[in-house]
Order: sequence, then C-alpha cells, then structure tokens
Amino acid sequence: MASHDHDHDNEKKSAGEKKPVLLLAEFDSTAKIFHAAEKVRDAGFTRWDVHTPFPIHGMDGAMGLPDSRLGWIVAAMALTGFCSALGMIYYMNVVDYPLIIGGKPPWSIPSVAPVAFELTILFSAFGAVFGMFGINRLPRHHHPIFFSQRFERATDDRFFVSIEVDDPKYDEKKTRKLLEDAHATHIEVIEEEVV
Amino acid sequence: MSSANPNAPIKEINEVALAAPEYDFHRITDDVAKVTENPAPRGWWVMFLIAVSLLGALGLTLAYLFWKGIGAWGNNQPISWAWDITNFVWWVGIGHAGTLISAVLFLFRQKWRTSINRAAEAMTIFAVICALMFPGIHVGRVWLMYYPFPIPNSMGIWPNFKSPLLWDVFAVSTYFTVSLLFWYVGLVPDLATLRDRSKNKIRRMAYGAFALGWRGSNRHWQNYERAYMILAAISTPLVLSVHSVVSFDFATSVIPGWHTTIFPPYFVAGAIFSGFAMVLTLMLVVRSVFKLHGLITLKHIEFMNKIILATGSIVGYAYAMEFFIAWYSGNDYERYVFFVSRMKGPYAWAYWSMIICNVISPQIFWVKSMRTNVPVSYAVSIFVNIGMWFERFVIIATSLHRDFLPSSWGYFHPTPIDVMTYLGSFGLFFTFFLLFIRWLPAIAIAEVKGVLPESDPHFEAHGDHGSHGDEHHDDDHKSDDHAEDGESKASSAEA
Repeated sequence: MASHDHDHDNEKKSAGEKKPVLLLAEFDSTAKIFHAAEKVRDAGFTRWDVHTPFPIHGMDGAMGLPDSRLGWIVAAMALTGFCSALGMIYYMNVVDYPLIIGGKPPWSIPSVAPVAFELTILFSAFGAVFGMFGINRLPRHHHPIFFSQRFERATDDRFFVSIEVDDPKYDEKKTRKLLEDAHATHIEVIEEEVV
Repeated sequence: MSSANPNAPIKEINEVALAAPEYDFHRITDDVAKVTENPAPRGWWVMFLIAVSLLGALGLTLAYLFWKGIGAWGNNQPISWAWDITNFVWWVGIGHAGTLISAVLFLFRQKWRTSINRAAEAMTIFAVICALMFPGIHVGRVWLMYYPFPIPNSMGIWPNFKSPLLWDVFAVSTYFTVSLLFWYVGLVPDLATLRDRSKNKIRRMAYGAFALGWRGSNRHWQNYERAYMILAAISTPLVLSVHSVVSFDFATSVIPGWHTTIFPPYFVAGAIFSGFAMVLTLMLVVRSVFKLHGLITLKHIEFMNKIILATGSIVGYAYAMEFFIAWYSGNDYERYVFFVSRMKGPYAWAYWSMIICNVISPQIFWVKSMRTNVPVSYAVSIFVNIGMWFERFVIIATSLHRDFLPSSWGYFHPTPIDVMTYLGSFGLFFTFFLLFIRWLPAIAIAEVKGVLPESDPHFEAHGDHGSHGDEHHDDDHKSDDHAEDGESKASSAEA
C-alpha cells in the first residue's frame, strides 16, 4: 500500500523509490465538499479535482470548470451520420444499381427519411458515448488515487478533493491548511513509485 | 460564500420523498449492492431454472424449425405473418418503456424514474433481443439474413431503401445499439461502486474491467452528465420513431385495417402502455424477492399506474377512432374489416379480449386505492400484457384472414411449434433478466443518491437552522477569509 498519512517529511528524493503525487482530502457531506471546491478554486489551483459518488448539482460552477465540449463532437457525428446515410442510399439505389420498384423514382426524399434519421441518431449516440469517454480519458485503470484505501468510499458516501503536487500553487503546508479549514475529515498524501 | 444562496432548492407542492426516510447514501449502496453480493434467494433459483428450461426448449424448437422450415408453424396464405410478427411487435413494444423512462422522463425532470430506470433499460435490451429473433427466424432461410444489410454480396445488388421492412431493420437495430450504450453509460459509476466494495479479486477484476477506472471525478461527471443528457435528447425522438417505423410495415400497405395514418401515434402509445405494464410485472416481483420496498415505493407504483391509465386511454381512443374513420371514409372494405370482421367475425373472441384487457381493465386506476394496491396493480399489468399481445394479433390476423378474394379466405391455427417458440422467447428474456438482477445493480445507485435531500449542497444550510446553523455560518465566513488570505499570499508570492 503506497498511501501514507504523515510521512511526507521523511521523503528523500535521493532514495528515488517514491514521490508524492496527490494531496487527498476527505469530506463527509455535499455542503462541505461544495464549499471546499469553491475555496480551492478561489485559491487559484488548476490541477485538482473533486471526486463524488454522484454528480453534485452546481459543482461545475464551484470548481470553475468551462462548459463541456461534448456537444460539438455529437453535432459533428450527427452531421456525419446524416450525410453517410444519404450518400450510401444514393450510391446504392441510384448510382450503382438503380432499383425501380412500383414505378417509384430511384431517389425520393420521403423514402430516405427514416434511414437517414436512424443513422443520424446512431452516429450521435456513438459520438456522445465514445466522445465522453475520450474527453475523460477513460478507460484508465491505473491512477495513483486508487492507492488510497479510503478512496474506496468515493463511490459510496464520501467526497474527496485531490490536488496534484505538480500544481504551481501547491505548497504542502498551506494547501493542507486550506483543506483543513474547509472541514476535511481526513487528509493524506498519496505517493507513487518513481519509474 | 454567502449562505443566502440563490440556488436554494425549491420544494414543489406535494413533493414526496423518493426513497424511504431511513435511507442515506451508504444504505442505498448497501441495499442495492447486497443483491449482487449475497447468495441468491430461493425464489431467484426457482425462476432461473424455469427460465433456463424454457430457453433450452427454445433452442430445440428453433433447431426443429430450421430443419423443417416455416411450415412447422401454422402460418398459411393468407395469414403469412401470424404469431411470429405478432410476437415481434409485442416484444418491441415492451422494449419501449425502458427508453421512455430513461430518456423522456429524464428530460421532463421526473426524478422518480431513478428507482426503476436501470431495470427498465435492461428490460428494453432483452425485449428487443427477443423481438429481433422473430423476423430473423420468420425469413425462413436464416442463413440469408444478411440480405437486408447494406453489405456487398455476390449478387451485386443492394437493399431496396424504399421498403418499410428495410427501414425497420435500421430502426430496430439502431434502437438496440443506442439502448445498450445508454444502459452501459448509466452502469459505469455503479460498476465502480461494486468494484470498490468487492472483497475478492475476481469480483474486483470483473466489475473493475467494465467500470473503466471510473473515479467519480467531477471533471468526468461534467462530460458524463452532458453525454447522458444528449443521449436522452436523441433517444426521445428515436423511441418515437422506432414504433412509428414498425407501424409503417402495416400502414404503407393497402390492406384494409392497416392502411391508416393513425398507426404511428397509436402504435407508440400502445408500446409505452405495454412497456410500462411489463416494467410493473417485473418490478413488483423484484421488489418483493430482493426486499427493495424502500427504494421502489408505492409512490413509484402509483406513478406507473397513472401512465398505464393515460396510455391505455389513448389506445382506447385510437380503437374508437379506427371505427370512426372506417365509417366516415365510406370505404366498403374498411367498414367490413371493423364492423363485421373484428366485431363479429371468427376473430371476435380475440378482439373483445383485447378491448377488455386494454381499454376496460386499466380504468380501475381512476381510483387511488386501486392504483396503490400491489395485487391489483400486478393483475392489471398482466391483463395489459395479454391485451397488447391480442392487439397485434387482431391487427395482423383479422386484416389478413379476409383477403379481397373470398376464395383466399382462411383461418390461423397455431401448432405446438408456434406455442413453443413464443414461450421459448420468455425463456430467453427471463434468463437474461434474472442474470441481470443477480449480477448487476438493478437500481441506479448513483442516481438514487442524487435524489436524496442531502445530496443538495445547500441542504444543511436550509435543513436545521436551529441547532448548528449559526455555527455553520460562522465557519463559512472564517474559512472565506482564509481563502482570501491564501489568494493574496499566493499572488504576492508570484509577484
């Protein structure tokens, strides 16, 4: 187990085995995590995150996150789906092998509507799901935050703030103080082996 | 931050708790996850053995069917569609409730959906699998099933995109794919919950693999919620389109009783009606077998019964309107189908069963004590399931059995193979469904937590003002000062 509570001082760079990567603070209510997030945001941190068992209403604002870009991906995919459907039907039923059935013209807009609609939806759904996982950089099965035993409750009933040690504003003592003042119930430094 | 927040939750009039008051975050995790962790109760095993036996019977039936050909069924000319297409439309219809609950009710901010949406979505996927089986085996030569797909083949010919049957292939397979994605996206945070609770390595690896390393990050939740909303927004027209396209299979033909413009909305209402009935049939059993009464409350059952009443009445209106249009059109064939064939013909027994089950039985839900009564709800849900099967059978059989030429008139008699194929599809459905409730979180853990009052970040400030409210405010101000200090220090350090 690579998580330690207060042994950050003992850390020696020369030993080279482990270096701190994250400061993880635990909270026990949505109100506390909400205010803690606002404080971390106002303190100017950029490389940090909030971990909650369910999405908390208003947390994006409390963290100061810009709007999600996902909609653009989905819009592009929707257009691709629509055009692919039209192109496919036009090529297959008009160019490559015109089928004259019931005296209908090979290309008729009403008859392409259902398939064009379905493919628009299908491509949009792929865009929404795989786009979301892509933006979120998931799957990612290995993450230093999982070294924390306590973090197992992040998917149950506890709320966490994690601040990366690489954040320019990070300062072990000040940051710890900031989180303590925000009513963190537990704070730990997560270390990762240096490769 | 000031505690006089503009985002304070507004309590709606008569707003009810969506989980029993003793539930907190951990209890929800516990109750739902326990179902997958504890040994299955005896009731589960009994149902599972029945389901697997039926699935085995389906396998044998299909083997025999492929060996003998479609003649093993009672299908004939004129009734060439018979039970298999009836079953197809019936199963697809059932599959509509899942997406309706997860997408349409989501867009309308109906938070009560959280307790039932997971199971309803699973039901949708399994029902659509059953539905897809029927046209697949109805084509007769199943090894030629690739004909409707736009793939190059040795004949050098492409599918006919002007055919409603081809639209159906695209609509139902898109519906299946999108429902599966929607369901999986919803499952990811809950799979992470099961991963983090697991005590042994196999469970941790299995759930962990599908949880994709989810760590509840709010940066992820932001995109996740956006994805969920987009999926809901695109699934809503999708769910309406799917049964509309299914109804085009009928409506674009020139068969009396099929050739009508009311079919798309009428089919969609019927689909929602039958889907909710099936959700109720399943959830009432799940609730009692796994003791989830605190999460699937009488309130949820009442809401579902109201939707059954509303959609059942729409269906009843559609039945009446078909008669009116047949009369008003002055078309002899249309009038014959409705006023003679359906009401008094050889299939009158099916027609009146449909009316009793679909139109009359849900009317009992006008009475509040009836729609909050579990045995009555269960009985009506069964009636509706039966009635909606009869609806599709009536549409298919009565319109086909009286052809334009009296010499082609006929009647459909099911064979044992017909019966076994239908019963076997229940085996397929329930095997999947039982495995699902046993091994996956049957209730959306993260979503239900989100509807608890304490999930609101402003809950404490508004909850008990008397006891520690003031203290809380003081803390707030103090820590606000700290934050500002921190900021000024930081900026001076930079300077």
